[in-house]
Amino acid sequence: MLRNEAYADSNLLEEAFLPQTVESAPKKRSFSLKSFAEYFMQGVFLLCACISIICVVVICVYMFAKGCPAIAQIGVLDFLSGTDWFPTNSVPSFGIFPMIVGSIYVTAGAVLLGVPIGLLTAVFLARFCPERLYKLVLPAVNLLAGIPSIVYGFFGMVVVVPFVRSVFGGTGNSIITASIILGMMILPTVVGMSESALKAVPEEYYEGALALGATHERSVMRVLLPAAKSGICAAIVLAIGRAVGETMAVVMIAGNQARLPDELTDGVRTLTANIILEMGYASGLHYDALLGTGVVLFVFILILNLLLSIITSKRKG
Amino acid sequence: MNYKIEISNANLFYGGFQALYDINLNIEERRIMSFIGPSGCGKSTLLKCLNRMNDLVEGCKVEGEFLLDGEDIYRDVEVTTLRKRVGMVFQKSNLFPMSIYDNIAFGPRTHGIKKKAQLDEIVESCLKQAAIWDECKDRLKKSALGMSGGQQQRLCIARALAVKPEVILMDEPTSALDPISTQKVEELCKELKRKYTIVIVTHNMQQAMRIADSTAFFLHGRIEEVGPTERIFNNPKNVRTEEYIGGRFG
Amino acid sequence: MNQRIMTYKAHPLSLVMKALVWISAALSVAVFVTLVGYVLIKGVPYLSLSLFAFEGSTSEVSILASIVNTLKMVLIALLVAAPLGVGCSVYLVEYAKKGSRVVKLAELAAQTLSGIPSIIYGIFGSMFFVTSLGWRLSLLSGAFTLAIMILPIIITSSQEALKSVNDSYREGAFGLGAGKLRTVFKVVLPSAISGILSGIILSIGRIVGETAALIFTAGTITKLASLTDSGSTLAVQMYNLSTEGLHMNEASAAAVVLLITVIALNSAASFIGKRIKKSGAEVN
Repeated sequence: MLRNEAYADSNLLEEAFLPQTVESAPKKRSFSLKSFAEYFMQGVFLLCACISIICVVVICVYMFAKGCPAIAQIGVLDFLSGTDWFPTNSVPSFGIFPMIVGSIYVTAGAVLLGVPIGLLTAVFLARFCPERLYKLVLPAVNLLAGIPSIVYGFFGMVVVVPFVRSVFGGTGNSIITASIILGMMILPTVVGMSESALKAVPEEYYEGALALGATHERSVMRVLLPAAKSGICAAIVLAIGRAVGETMAVVMIAGNQARLPDELTDGVRTLTANIILEMGYASGLHYDALLGTGVVLFVFILILNLLLSIITSKRKG
Repeated sequence: MNYKIEISNANLFYGGFQALYDINLNIEERRIMSFIGPSGCGKSTLLKCLNRMNDLVEGCKVEGEFLLDGEDIYRDVEVTTLRKRVGMVFQKSNLFPMSIYDNIAFGPRTHGIKKKAQLDEIVESCLKQAAIWDECKDRLKKSALGMSGGQQQRLCIARALAVKPEVILMDEPTSALDPISTQKVEELCKELKRKYTIVIVTHNMQQAMRIADSTAFFLHGRIEEVGPTERIFNNPKNVRTEEYIGGRFG
Repeated sequence: MNQRIMTYKAHPLSLVMKALVWISAALSVAVFVTLVGYVLIKGVPYLSLSLFAFEGSTSEVSILASIVNTLKMVLIALLVAAPLGVGCSVYLVEYAKKGSRVVKLAELAAQTLSGIPSIIYGIFGSMFFVTSLGWRLSLLSGAFTLAIMILPIIITSSQEALKSVNDSYREGAFGLGAGKLRTVFKVVLPSAISGILSGIILSIGRIVGETAALIFTAGTITKLASLTDSGSTLAVQMYNLSTEGLHMNEASAAAVVLLITVIALNSAASFIGKRIKKSGAEVN
């Protein structure tokens, strides 16, 4: 508000001084050149502002325009609920149900592991942490966010897979492994957003709870946490989005078998893994089916995004 | 007369700064005592000592003896039990962002009451005691933050009552309220003193006159004068009390 | 101390809760420490000069070409995304009316873009840049794909930075008779530079670590590539090395290089980010 008023004022100012500055012709010309530059650059900036909108639109159009026909050709139901994925058979079948299930399993596993730990870590940072420790814990968690997924995948391969193999049996490339790695990957998202949501809760609530005889722990868990719930929900939705969309780390450790898993130690293939594994050599309907897989994933993500913006707009309102 | 709270030789420091000097004060049971004085004189600080909310302030050190029914609240009493026995109502309503019911039930739940029937009963009786039952009985499950400022403050009082306290501390409870709401809260206080001991910090001297049985006048961290409200206001012995009440400073 | 014991004796559940909170925080830190620790332990012994040799042979893997490709990728992607992103935020903060439709749409778009997983960018890039525009598998296709991907990071951080510039600066410039454009370029942008920079550094980190979006846009061939040529970045090469399983040692070493680069970049970004917060506070 203030900013725009300031601009308005300055325009007035310029106009007020105009008669004094337009005594000579060249100056007047330079002024109009200047105002042309102003308008031109405003247009350029506006164009820049539109670029992200354009990108979203183009991405959506491309994904749906290329992916949907493939889904239609295979048949929506056969595609979504088919349990057989044999793209290179002489009579190919393209059912991505196992992949949908796989994505859901590993995401659920990641949420189960990552959200409680992340949430409690956020509580720790916001309400339990001595100041000196804070400067150690927060950067550690934040840096987790920047570590490339390929490094997570590598860590999974050399550390978590052998660990899971020795503890739970099986090959080690399994739902459990993928859940552990994804749980690690969503930690910073959960911690960061939940912590800022917790810090935004008014101090009075905390004092009010203490004054009723609640312990520090109870005040935090029963008053501050519920008060921050929309921010925490947003964090969880965002984290789910990260987990569903994660590709490289999962493909390196989840086993990638395109079949419905029976046990947690079985390998699974996620939607993302399906794409990355086969897109390199696929052609024809097989390629299109992979695009279709991409569309399904994309729709998942768009729904999560929608959910997120509903939560955040509610929070503001 | 029975003293509910006895304070002797109390000093309080915030880091290097001394906020209270040598406080000696007795508070009678089932009476309203008011703390008056200019801002920064230490009246809220002393109030917060009584349920140890000062523990939250980093670097705060309390010396002296604070007895509640003869027990030293800084040594013999566990702090959550103390705060259950000594409730507090804050300057600004701090109802939690949950339903009215959950707000009132928070205290009892904290102290281990789980049965719904029992909670229902407590909620109803506290809302009735706080004279706000009629205004909110139809919307117990709705957010407490939807109520008006005055109603919220009375709900805060109801919430404080729900843990069955013995003493209620009020820190300028009406400073953010309109005159009508203020009047309601004052009437409520007079009603409540039949069962509870009330200590109220107020900036409003008329308020102290209207509701308090006894009054303590604070200045620069010291209690300058304490006595029955009527005498303090009509016949102050201390020159500074007289000046303050006469409106010459503050 | 004694008081605390009394409280927890009366409320054992609170003690349990406290323990859980501390354990969780310890676990979170442990995740970071084990991750970094293991990668370093596994990789550092294999960091050797031959890894950075000019020519890789079949028996000896060099990551030099990939590093150069990564640098090129960073450069092009930033050349595309940084002006667009900063321009976008300039419009949103300095020109558009608060709460106008453009602002809302653009913010929603940025939010959407940041939520799209990199594999989707990969698919899109391979359809759009590689096929439709006919750029084939090339550094250029990869870089443009990444440019879209880092756009929201740059937009959001520069938007924050511009918003934190004190209004008095703007008023001062206007008071001296400067036009809007001049004010933006001479006053607002310079004072927001560290925030913008921190966003850019953050997006460099993102580019360096990106894999999924590049496999089908820039390709996986490890060689020194020109802009129109296909070539792998370090992260993509590391993926190849580790999934082939033949060169795990080199993969470990590449992981160390990646990890250290990214941690350094992110630390730099947050350090610079912190600095603007401090200087902002001084101004206020």
